[in-house]
Amino acid sequence: MIKVQDIHLRFKSPVLRGVSLEVPHESIYALIGPGAAGKSVLLKTIAGLLTPESGQVWIDGEEVTFHDELKLAVLRRKIGYLFQNYALFDMTVGDNIAFPLRRLFPDMSTEEIAERVSERLMRMSLPGFEQRYPASLSGGQKKRIGVARATVMRAPYILYDEPTAGLDPVTSQRICNLIRDEARAQRSTVVVVSSDIQRVLSIADRVGMLLRGELIFDGTLAEAWASQNPYVRQFIRGETEGPL
Amino acid sequence: MSNGTSASLAIPERMGAALLDIATQVGGITIMAGQIARRAAPWRIDRYEFTRNMYRMGVKSLPILAATAFFVGAIMVIQAAPVVVQYNARNFLGWSAIYTTFREIGPLLMALMFNGRVGANNTAELGTMAVTEQLDALRALAIDPITYLVVPRAISIVIILTCLVVIGDFLAILGAIGMAWFMLDVHWLFFINSALPRLELWDFLVGIIKAFLYGIMIALNSCYFGLSTTGGAPGVGRAVNRSVVAAASGVFIADYMSTFILD
Repeated sequence: MIKVQDIHLRFKSPVLRGVSLEVPHESIYALIGPGAAGKSVLLKTIAGLLTPESGQVWIDGEEVTFHDELKLAVLRRKIGYLFQNYALFDMTVGDNIAFPLRRLFPDMSTEEIAERVSERLMRMSLPGFEQRYPASLSGGQKKRIGVARATVMRAPYILYDEPTAGLDPVTSQRICNLIRDEARAQRSTVVVVSSDIQRVLSIADRVGMLLRGELIFDGTLAEAWASQNPYVRQFIRGETEGPL
Repeated sequence: MSNGTSASLAIPERMGAALLDIATQVGGITIMAGQIARRAAPWRIDRYEFTRNMYRMGVKSLPILAATAFFVGAIMVIQAAPVVVQYNARNFLGWSAIYTTFREIGPLLMALMFNGRVGANNTAELGTMAVTEQLDALRALAIDPITYLVVPRAISIVIILTCLVVIGDFLAILGAIGMAWFMLDVHWLFFINSALPRLELWDFLVGIIKAFLYGIMIALNSCYFGLSTTGGAPGVGRAVNRSVVAAASGVFIADYMSTFILD
């Protein structure tokens, strides 16, 4: 389970203001909200890439908020992360996916790594892409490579930052289905940050909505659709009239 | 506040901001030096990254550094030629050219050239990785960017520059010999024989020690400015610019201090 308690973080101005939420074990949690609401910042805080000013982050029952880099490195072995802009390295697709395995599991044989990479690519419907470079791929393909790298370690927690941003509707739905299928197959706990409401809600078990650094809604899908909060109503229905 | 008061405060305000900026950079570079030292000892360097950097920083820089060194030697002779002819001081030509090249001009010019080529490239690479979240991706994959990226690069830069200056010193002598023969009709054997009795091993070592110090300056500045890049593609450009200027300043400061201490 991921638990976030009263997180405050500011850069030049406050970005997260007392955010608290819980992501149940083996569930998909959709974190939605308009731009600059603090969604990606919260995701990075959960992964220990940003340190909050106050508050607590719990992962697997362990408080990890102010861990040093060494302890965080141990924690991050439990976390897969897809970055909004892919963050693929300047190496072949195969090397990108194999990278965490080679670095973190030096005892793993070359054959085993190659097999794992091939299996991931097959799962992402990109068989035979091992020798391609990220620069030669489309946005959707890069996202899928990002998903492959995020899930190759079979980590129990996977964090996806805007997995469908900038993609066409068909590819977006495919990516969302992939996220859902991966979560079910690997029995992982997933947080998906997205502004693509309809698609992300189609795979989520729970929803949280951030607005200007505050969590203004946290509940099930049914509760989200029934919410009387004017911000939530307007945002998930995509209406142009309203307080947003 | 009146316009006059705010105008009079503008200069101290800018000076204060500039001093804070410098203090932040010096502090950041010092912290990074500590991080590199802590991770490099005991020897935990990534062998593949180290070899890759040694190759692309060293082997690929060799032609341009060799050309620089050769011309440095030749220029030393061209500068000295009028005086040598006027005072018929051909027997001092070899010594003056080699002494100045070994101790000062060789390491300095090669370091500045190396800074422009390798230092700028290093900052641009790390900066691009920073703005495209690749550094965060490394951390998210439980890989420490300092250990994986910075330590191999920093050590490679220091070793490579020191080695290139050793090679460059001898190419500079070749350049000087060639120019002395071409311009002043000084035979190469006379050039060498007139220089050797006056030269000491220390003259050569001073240049090598300086190259080592310049390498540290370039490594720390280029890595620091690369890692702290923000603001997308324009940010990378700014980081490269600041890195090259700061490293060159560091090289001159190191030159000034080491010349005082080593002479």
